[in-house]
Amino acid sequence: MSTRLAKGGRLINRTAPVEFSFNGKKMKGFQGDSLAAALLANDQVMVGRSFKYHRPRGIVAAGPEEPNALVNLGTGARLEPNQRTTTTELFSGLEATSQNHWPSLSFDVGVINNYASRFMPAGFYYKTFMHPRPFWKHVFEPVIRRAAGLGKAPTQGDADRYEQAYAFCDVLVVGAGIAGLKAAKSAADAGQRVILVEQTPVLGGRAPVDDTEVDGKPVEAWLSAMEADLAARDNVTIRVRTVAAGVYDHGYVLADERVADHTPGDGRPKHRLWRIRTAKVINAAGAIERPLSFAGNDIPGVMLAGALRDYVVNYGVSPGDRTVVVTNNDSAYQTALALKAAGLDVPAVLDARASATGALPEAARKAGIRVITGHGIAKVKGGKRVTGVSVCAQAGEGSVTEEIGCDAVAMSGGWSPVVHLWSHCGGKLNWDDTISAFVPDPTRPPLNHDGSAMVEVVGAASGDLDLSGKPSTIPPVWVMPQGAPIKLRSKMWLDYQNDVKVSDVQLAAREGYMSVEHTKRYTTLGMATDQGKLSNINGLAILADSLGSEIPQVGTTTFRPPYTPVTIGALAGESRGDIFQPLRRTPMHEAHEKAGAYFEPVGLWRRPYCFPRAGETHEQAVHREVNNTRNNVGLLDASTLGKIIVKGPDAGKFLDMLYTGVMSTLPVGKCRYGLMCNEQGFLSDDGVVARIDEDTWLCHTTSGGADRIHGWMEDWLQCEWWDWKVFTANVTEQYAQVAVVGPNARKLLESLGGMDVSKEALPFMQWADGTLAGFPVRVYRISFSGELSYEIAVPASHGAAFWEACTKAGKAFDAMPYGTEGLHVLRAEKGFIMIGDETDGTVIPQDLGLDWAISKKKADYLGKRGQDRSYLASPDRWKLVGFETLDGSVIPDGSYIIASGTNANGQRNTQGRVTSTYYSPTLKRGIAMGLLKHGPTRMGEVVEFNTVKGGTVKAKVRDTVFFDKDGEKQNV
Amino acid sequence: MLTLECPYCGVKADETELAPGYEAHLKRFGPGSSPEEFEAYMFARKNPKGVHFERWRHAYGCGKWFLAARCTATLEVFGTYPAQVSEPPADIIKKIQARRPEWKSGWQPDGKGTK
Amino acid sequence: MSDPVSALNGASFNGFASVREVGPLGMISLRHKGGAALTKAIKAAVGTKVPAQRKIEVAGDKACGWMSPDEYLLVLPYGEVGAAMDALAKALDGEHHLAADVSDARAVFRVEGDKADQVLAKLSPVDFATLEPGELRRSRAAQVAAAMWAQDGGFTVVCFRSVAVYVMGLLTHSAQPGSELA
Repeated sequence: MSTRLAKGGRLINRTAPVEFSFNGKKMKGFQGDSLAAALLANDQVMVGRSFKYHRPRGIVAAGPEEPNALVNLGTGARLEPNQRTTTTELFSGLEATSQNHWPSLSFDVGVINNYASRFMPAGFYYKTFMHPRPFWKHVFEPVIRRAAGLGKAPTQGDADRYEQAYAFCDVLVVGAGIAGLKAAKSAADAGQRVILVEQTPVLGGRAPVDDTEVDGKPVEAWLSAMEADLAARDNVTIRVRTVAAGVYDHGYVLADERVADHTPGDGRPKHRLWRIRTAKVINAAGAIERPLSFAGNDIPGVMLAGALRDYVVNYGVSPGDRTVVVTNNDSAYQTALALKAAGLDVPAVLDARASATGALPEAARKAGIRVITGHGIAKVKGGKRVTGVSVCAQAGEGSVTEEIGCDAVAMSGGWSPVVHLWSHCGGKLNWDDTISAFVPDPTRPPLNHDGSAMVEVVGAASGDLDLSGKPSTIPPVWVMPQGAPIKLRSKMWLDYQNDVKVSDVQLAAREGYMSVEHTKRYTTLGMATDQGKLSNINGLAILADSLGSEIPQVGTTTFRPPYTPVTIGALAGESRGDIFQPLRRTPMHEAHEKAGAYFEPVGLWRRPYCFPRAGETHEQAVHREVNNTRNNVGLLDASTLGKIIVKGPDAGKFLDMLYTGVMSTLPVGKCRYGLMCNEQGFLSDDGVVARIDEDTWLCHTTSGGADRIHGWMEDWLQCEWWDWKVFTANVTEQYAQVAVVGPNARKLLESLGGMDVSKEALPFMQWADGTLAGFPVRVYRISFSGELSYEIAVPASHGAAFWEACTKAGKAFDAMPYGTEGLHVLRAEKGFIMIGDETDGTVIPQDLGLDWAISKKKADYLGKRGQDRSYLASPDRWKLVGFETLDGSVIPDGSYIIASGTNANGQRNTQGRVTSTYYSPTLKRGIAMGLLKHGPTRMGEVVEFNTVKGGTVKAKVRDTVFFDKDGEKQNV
Repeated sequence: MLTLECPYCGVKADETELAPGYEAHLKRFGPGSSPEEFEAYMFARKNPKGVHFERWRHAYGCGKWFLAARCTATLEVFGTYPAQVSEPPADIIKKIQARRPEWKSGWQPDGKGTK
Repeated sequence: MSDPVSALNGASFNGFASVREVGPLGMISLRHKGGAALTKAIKAAVGTKVPAQRKIEVAGDKACGWMSPDEYLLVLPYGEVGAAMDALAKALDGEHHLAADVSDARAVFRVEGDKADQVLAKLSPVDFATLEPGELRRSRAAQVAAAMWAQDGGFTVVCFRSVAVYVMGLLTHSAQPGSELA
């Protein structure tokens, strides 16, 4: 029976009872309990079932290494699966349910796998479900998936908030045990900025459990003096409930602070992910006790000796009335003594070593505890709970010498230093024969930016397992008894959570697995949520033995962050909901929202796609907007257009290098369309350039292209032509820009009043400064629609007001706003290309028939050499033409133009593809542009496009200008 | 997550404040260059395990491009310097030689630049 | 003409620190390689000396911040930008330079209170404990560019206008009561 002791429990507050529930059953614990401690206090020893065989599993550990006792925590929007009971602080109203069983924890159908376990060896799935192949997808996988998985995935959005924070320090100490506290103090003494993180809610580590002395003082007294000392210092920050999850390059450490796990719903962030930059990490993370491999070592009631001692001393909980201790080292005797001191029965300590003569064994004997050396456990008896152990000689094959009745077993197979943080960035390990463990090799540390050691390891994490500094000796005991037959070995668990046994690793070795990394993946050893904290060393020792090799030669698997699981919420931090990512809004955004705009993303911008009216589909809205723009006047929010000022004595020369055309000769007051290519020659951006004054140009870029092009300009100015006198400034967001487009455009602007926008005063491809309706404006007479069109820039702070003024004045001229889809249709009707539609990073301007925009005279421009490459200069390239379907339909987006025959892969040959395809409300038929092999020489030919449904659609090749070929409409 | 000191503004910038620009000290080959020269300029990139020269832009900062010499294996940074040079400064070379006596390779695509 | 409207029209939030959008504020981006003419121009435009690397010189309601070796941010009342631009043009006549009015391209926030730095420490990889008095730090706030400096018992944070809603969301999230870092 596991129960609460009448007294004791250094971490609990007996005057503060806490109610919680497990599988719906109401239970009581105390403030300060871990959930595991509280469950044990309520005699809930069995808390889950294993992953593969569904065997009953109990609490094994008392810390983050716990493999078994995982629960679903909370409900609804606060449900979290796979929460470790050992690191979950008890709080009032906590609701936990056990995992991986059906229909109930004590009666589980899946346990059939347990009885069939000898038919489910390592690699079972790989071997069994290979054939017939189609069965995998339709039969095997769905069944396996239903049976797999531990916790329940939440179905609701997370109700909690999370955040991240940056911190900087000279020394980050991980672990507030004695070694960590001492390291923090000495760094603080040296005047360094120190952050000390501790995964539990309290400082002190394991030392207070063992009632040791530190520096000649009782540990509790030493501890409170140290806590007071550190708390008083300005240069020390202590964060409890904070796990250093990973160490990364240049002293970057991620640490997960469980701010409000124990106070859910109090409004504080549930977790806070610290992004710490430190000059040095001191790893004082301690050591983790290892299980021993004996048959039945997974039966509820078998626990790590240190954990069992934690429950007795820290929480006043007795996991069993009679506990057999089994060990290969002295530390487990502490547990025997602690149990005895708590008035509990320890029928025997089974010590696998031939003799045990240290101070602790002697103290145990003196306390009247029977010590049986040279012996171990042949088999643990019991099903859902330990009922006794069979004793055998460690040297033999498991002949039972004695049966001992008990309800708990405390085991210790030695201790493994927690080297994770040392190893994350490549710190190397040595195998230490004295303590049978991997320890950090201080001569091969992970390196910092200056080549110095980034991580230092102190205390038990460095292999110093004895506070007094005396070297501890822990002889290896990997299998108990050492000659155990298969019948016993197939019940010796290495990885409790993933159900990997000694026999599985041995089988893998027999089947030819030599590498520890492969064996891990084949057997799934160490691949569960605990990442093998208990199992890895035992597993690779078994592998080494099976291969007739030594442990250091076999080596460890790679230690990767995070040390313990970090919830996705913490990694996302503030990036959720409205601030998941920055959405860029123009000054007129709110007006568009009020007008019922349907938005689409353009880069990070949100632009109106169309402005649907009541009862209208988006398609109908687009057609209305296009027709109105062609017949009356349309208003477009063009604020997202990139605007970059380029100024200086060498600005003209610079722009001539940047654009394929010539910009240096552009007269002041005029505009010119330009193309920019990358050095490979591929078209990268386009836009209208305006000459502002003698040494100033304003370059318009595509929406969303402004930052990229500005960066591109600065790259060349800073890194290649740094002696050229040119400055740039990205003023994209300084101006709101409104395009007033259509036959009534001039009339609308004239009604606003303030400047002359007549054909004579402001001809096509010119700009002018002035005022309209009292707003300071710069008006560009440019057109992306083929209509009479003005693009008007106003300071962004007046953008919304100017838009409103245009809308109001526009009523008299039947003005309507139009969106990006209307813009696309209008430009496609005129055969204007769109970066990202006609281009995809493999298209040169010559492919698009834009040779007229490429200077033949210039010796050089960015991309010129690239375009000279034979492949790009080939006459066989796909080139831009227009298409009209014979039946008037719209060619599907993404269609290819099929050619005869098939390629080497048996796919239909192609000779081109569509790049833009729309229904033209102006022409009342489908129109398209696309790239076609030898396109411009094939006018009038009929080609076939594939369609999504299968079959093809026939279209006639034609020029790209579908509407107003002579440009009469824009030139008025 | 590297930290690199921007030589222009002196900020010890976090990698998230920087934009990478790949290999440094490339020589541009424009019109008239041979296919081999253009290929070397456009495509041939060293991928050394060890000393490497890179371009970085202090994108979330002063906006300037700078160059960095670092070891791709240990991530040791030998130094950062302004981009307006065609070869690494002498003090950076000296520092690399002190830290990596065996270092021989140059910083140009054709291996030239060995000191 | 209407009055100029800042990106969020003065939105605010009170958490463990207070956050408010201010403005419209006049800002000029000035690019120049440095020298006597620059000193004269900055003096004429905002009345300060040329700031040292990463510093901002404040003079009343005007300031000049160092943005890069050849870029300065002039801060001044919105209505005085035109005069300042004229002064710059005059002082830098014949000098290679670029002065651009960027008043409307920015959103400006004030984060105030004893723990204002903690709001920003959640968003920017900046060591606020070592930020020097009068230091202007360009960095990022979560996913967008931001410039910030300590002034008058709080911080001024400048970002692009188009992401003002996002930055206000960030600051609001970070200043939630109960989420103090220390």
